[in-house]
Formats: sequence, structure tokens, C-alpha cells
Amino acid sequence: MMTTANKTTLSHLDWLEAEAIHILREVAGQCSNPVLLFSGGKDSLCILRLAEKAFRPGRFPFPLMHIDTGHNYKEVIEFRDQRAAELGERLIVRSVEDSMKRGTVVLKSEDESRNKHQSVTLLEAIEEFGFDCCIGGARRDEEKARAKERIMSFRDEFGQWDPKNQRPELWNLYNARSHKGENIRAFPISNWTEMDVWQYIEREKLGLPSIYFAHQRDVVMRAGSIVPVNVPLASGEVINQPKAGEEIINMQVRFRTVGDITCTAPVISDADDVTKIVLETATTTITERGATRLDDQTSDASMEQRKKEGYF
Amino acid sequence: MSNAKHNDSLLRFMTCGSVDDGKSTLIGRLLFDTKSILADTLTQMDRTSKKRGLEAVDLSLLTDGLQAEREQGITIDVAYRYFSTGTRKYIIADAPGHEQYTRNMVTAASTANLAIILIDARKGVLTQTRRHSFLAHLVGIPHIVVAINKMDLVDFDQATFEKIKADYLSFAEQIGLQRAGRDIQVVPLSALTGDMLVDRGEAMNWYQGPTMLELLESAPAAHSEQNEPFRFPVQFVCRPHASDDPELHDFRGFMGRVESGEIAVGDAVTVLPNGYTSKVKAIQLGEEHLKTAITEQSVTLLLEDEIDTSRGDMIVKSDQAPEAVKQISGMVCWLSETPLSPARTYVIRHTTRESKAKVGEIEYKVDVNTLEQLPTQGLAMNDIAKINFKLAQPLMVDSYSKNRATGAFIVIDESTNNTVGAGMII
Repeated sequence: MMTTANKTTLSHLDWLEAEAIHILREVAGQCSNPVLLFSGGKDSLCILRLAEKAFRPGRFPFPLMHIDTGHNYKEVIEFRDQRAAELGERLIVRSVEDSMKRGTVVLKSEDESRNKHQSVTLLEAIEEFGFDCCIGGARRDEEKARAKERIMSFRDEFGQWDPKNQRPELWNLYNARSHKGENIRAFPISNWTEMDVWQYIEREKLGLPSIYFAHQRDVVMRAGSIVPVNVPLASGEVINQPKAGEEIINMQVRFRTVGDITCTAPVISDADDVTKIVLETATTTITERGATRLDDQTSDASMEQRKKEGYF
Repeated sequence: MSNAKHNDSLLRFMTCGSVDDGKSTLIGRLLFDTKSILADTLTQMDRTSKKRGLEAVDLSLLTDGLQAEREQGITIDVAYRYFSTGTRKYIIADAPGHEQYTRNMVTAASTANLAIILIDARKGVLTQTRRHSFLAHLVGIPHIVVAINKMDLVDFDQATFEKIKADYLSFAEQIGLQRAGRDIQVVPLSALTGDMLVDRGEAMNWYQGPTMLELLESAPAAHSEQNEPFRFPVQFVCRPHASDDPELHDFRGFMGRVESGEIAVGDAVTVLPNGYTSKVKAIQLGEEHLKTAITEQSVTLLLEDEIDTSRGDMIVKSDQAPEAVKQISGMVCWLSETPLSPARTYVIRHTTRESKAKVGEIEYKVDVNTLEQLPTQGLAMNDIAKINFKLAQPLMVDSYSKNRATGAFIVIDESTNNTVGAGMII
């Protein structure tokens, strides 16, 4: 075991880490049946590391859960399963495809993105297990509508976020109380930026799914974005076929965010390790979501709209 | 984010002012000049500016948050923004300044270690300046930066600046800011042109003091100033019960955050409210073993003796124990649209501990504009009053002026579970 020498003040990463651990322990102390949403993405991998620091040598006082659209990169799904197994923690997977079979999710067309429908499956899972709190990896710097989000965010019985009806949050006295059927969303890394996340990954030497690093990929250019095509799923199915007339280019890219394949775009990059990504993040000129989330560009207020509907 | 250097520290600050003071422009400028606004955000701001018929990019658009606010053209809730200079990371709590949003200002102030109070150079010290200063004082923000903004509109005139500065300092004297040991800095600037914000500019060479950014860079980070006693509210108790691992069989870890002071292995501690005493056997953070833990660090404490301890207890150094009290008196800001009902029972949360509470007496309420103390029977949203509470369970408290962590509490309405009040113990 390591022994660390005396310190007098916390560095910014130590401070953010301490705050996040405090929030995770408040969830454990205040909620009776919480769950940690874990996608295999970089933010939720940071939260798993924070949970280790918060609760080891004990087990996590909550299971992990992934809402799978069925359209996730297989590298990420494999990594998700591997990480949960290494930690020895319980992983629950609930899929949008099951909600489609139940008829609770109806796509407008076959190629409509399933991303926004995750909220339906999430609410069904919350009801199935009776979870009173979902811990997530959202950050306030990601998007305008998140800048006012609480660390403990209250959702009503329909999973709705009402920006006008949020509890005041003062000092570090978090209020995670809820009545039956209501729900709290807890965001331990609210105060982290994309840069903080990468610096933490670097410092803690966290493993990541390979698609976060520069790799060769077939893509097309569509409305100014790089769109991956012919992507194989874990099931063997191949999605995102190029449209007629689109030219397939093999490009060196990496993903800054990882989500549903139909709405996550990569960026051109040769950063093939974490140190290079930290450098690239420091010099980038495009925001994380601006560059890579195809679903946020529809309007200035598109994230706010989805949050009101129960999106995470 | 001009480079990838790890920041040495983190500073949380708040901005107080109204739309008219140029607060949004100030924040926008700070982020813009520290290169924290990325190209796509700028493009979007540019598009919106043009749509509104403006020639230059309106930097205040950056802090325009939710749809409802954009429609009304005002900010109605606390928003958090981030930027970094490479030596320091900043969290800005951006609070609306209007009287009806006193509760938002108190919320933003609760986590801030520095407040920027904006004054329009054309208008000088106004009623709202007094209100903002009083609230920053009430919530115990140690560093106050008075930003005399819009200097471009008074021809960058030194005499105007000196007059407002003198006015402010005399007002600060009246409300006891200096007496309470607050650090007050006054800086002239123009958020619109950027003078004295990040760059000094050419227009105010008569001003020799630090720029706004220099003041932010040099202000002490949270909790590094006072020598406070050790306070460790227990959040969670870890008992793995792993019978196959002899090392873990008797493991009993007390998990929490050092709210103030510091602790070292071997220190004599008392667990409150029961008063059991022991010594610190180990301090852990994940797999790391630490010799000491400092303020704001989240750790796990192991004690020499087996002591029955649970969430809500507080571990302190034996020679620095706080009082356990069943009655508290404090300044309370009412946060809820439903007025306080003296007949009802509320829940008070203090650190990790909760107690049922009843209002004993409302001594007076404070007019946040005149600072007058007025008699009152009840309390409505945005009111601030001195209240006594009777408690069902003892709380281990310090006065807020000595310790912001163990002097603060929130009031919860059990019927809605809403946070309805914020209190500071006197």
C-alpha cells in the first residue's frame, strides 16, 4: 500500500474528487434504493473509479445499470461488461428493444434514432426495481440547459424535470428526499469539465473503450458532420448504411463522447493515448457536444426540451 | 483553456448584479478573454446577435440559460460556469440580482469564497449594491471585489471611480464588513471593452491596482485561511463483513468529508453525541493510506476501539469538541413560495444529521434594502429573519461566523420534501 506525504491544500482534481465522493456517499446515506447508470463511456468510468474510492473495501451500495439502445458500439458494450466483472458489481441491462416489443416505444420510422427513447426504458426500469435515485455522469459544462442543473435533481412521477420547480441547493447540504414514485437524479461530477475528466483519467490511469482513441474508420460527410457508416453491432447486424451518392472515406478519427451510434459523431484526430487527448482537449476550438452530438444541433433549446421529457 | 497544465487550486466565486450592470457581459468577457469559449458557441452567439440586429457579438448571450429566461430576457436561477487559466480552475455561481431573487443570491453565496459586486459607474452605490453586500456578508463570503463597471461610459474618469470607491467603503464600514475581517478590493473596469478585466488596456493608466483576473488568481482558495477545529460528520459506515478475508473481518470504516480542520493518525478523537473516545488508527482514500487528512478531503477513518457509530454522528478532536444543543438561533432565509408556518414541525438538516424542529420565536426580520430590523409574525419567500428553533435531537454546532460548514443548516418541509429555508447559526 502507498503512503502519501502531507499536503496543505487540495489541487483542483483532488477537490473535484473529494466533492464527488462526498456526493456518492450522500446518495448512499440518504436514499434507500439507488442505482448507478453506467454506459461504458468516459464519464461513467470516472464515476466507477470515484465509487471505488468512496466505498472500498466494501461493495458498492448500489447496482450498475445500462439502458441499451441496441445501437451501441460493440467495443463499448464489451468494455462495459468487462469493467463490471472486474469490479465484481452487479450490472443490470435494460434495452430499448424490449420497450419496442412491449409497444411502449414506437419509432416514427425504422431509421429514427432510438436515443431519445432511452427515457421510456429508463422510467420502466426505475419502476421495475423501485429505484429512488439514479446516479449519472452529466456535467454542467456540457450544455446550456445543464448549467442550472442541481447536483441532486428532483424528478416527478413521470420522470419530468421542471426547471421552475427545483430544490434550492445550498452549501453541501444535499436534499435527496423523495416520496414513493418520485425520483432523484444525482450528478457527482456536475462541476467537472471535459478537461477535468481527461486529466482524471490520465492521473488514475483508467482504461477506456478503444474507440476513444484515434483509429481508422469508414465515414461519410453528412451536413457538415462526420458520420460513421457500416458499423457492426455486437449482434452481428450492421447499421448506418451510407445514403445513395455518399462517398465513403477511410479516416483517422476518435470519439469525444460515446453514445447511440445514430447520433454520435467522431472527430478527426491522431491522439492515440490519454496524454495526447489531454493536449488536444486543451487546444480544441469546438465544444464537446457541438462537435459530436448530432441530436443537440436542432435548436438552441433542444437539450432543455428533451430533459423536460425525462431524458437523463 | 490555453494550456494543459494541471491547475494548482480551485476558486469558487459568485457575481452579484442585475442585467443592467453588465453582469452577463462581464462573465462573457472573462470566459472570452481566457479563451474558454469555443468556436461553435461563438458562432451560435454571433448568429443570435445578428438576429437581434446587433453589430458585434453580444457576450452576455453566453450566460443566457433556459428557454423561459431567454424569452423573458432575464436570468431567474443560479447558473454555474467554468473556466480555467492553467494555474487555477474557477467555478462561477451566476446569480440574478433582483430583490425577488434574494434566495438565489443566498444559494450562490453559500458555496462562494469570493463575490464580485457590480456597480454601474454612471449610477454609483445603489440600494441593490447595499443588498448584495449585506447578503454576501450574511453568508460569510471572505473576499469582496467591487467592480465599478461601464467606466467607458464615464470617459474612464478617475474622479468618478474614487468617489464611488469612497462611498462604498463608507457603506461597508457601516454594515461592519471591515470589522468582520472581510477583504475588500475595488477595481474600475469596462466589461464591454475588456479594460482591467484580463488585460489592463490603455484607458485607465491612472489605476495602479490589480486587474480583475489578478484579484481572482491571488485570492486564497476556499478554507485555506482560518485555523478551524476538526469536524468530521459521518456520512456512511463501511462494514464489509468479508469473513473469508481476516483483514476485513473486523473492518469498520467511518466515511465522510473533513468539513474543517485536519486530522492525523494517532490523534485522540471523540464521537458525538455519545461522547465515546478513541484514537485514529488509519486514514484511507481508496487503496491509499494517508498520514493526515485536510479540510474538504473525503476519506475513511478507522479508530483503535470498536465504537458504535452511525450516519449523523460527528467525529471531532477530543480537545476541540463543539456544543451539542437542542435549541438553535440563526439568521434564516426563506426559500419557499409557501410561507413559514410557526405552528408546523419542520426537519432541519445540519451536516449529515437531521432533527425535527419547531419555531420558538421569530425575533425580527431584516429589510434587505435598508437593513432595518422589523417585527414580524411570519416569513415569506426571500425574507430573512432571526429565528429560534427547538430541536427534537441534539445537533453539534459551531457559530456560522466561526465555521461555515458546521454553522449552516437547511429547513425541509416533510410534506413536499422541499428545501424551504437556509439558516446560519448565531
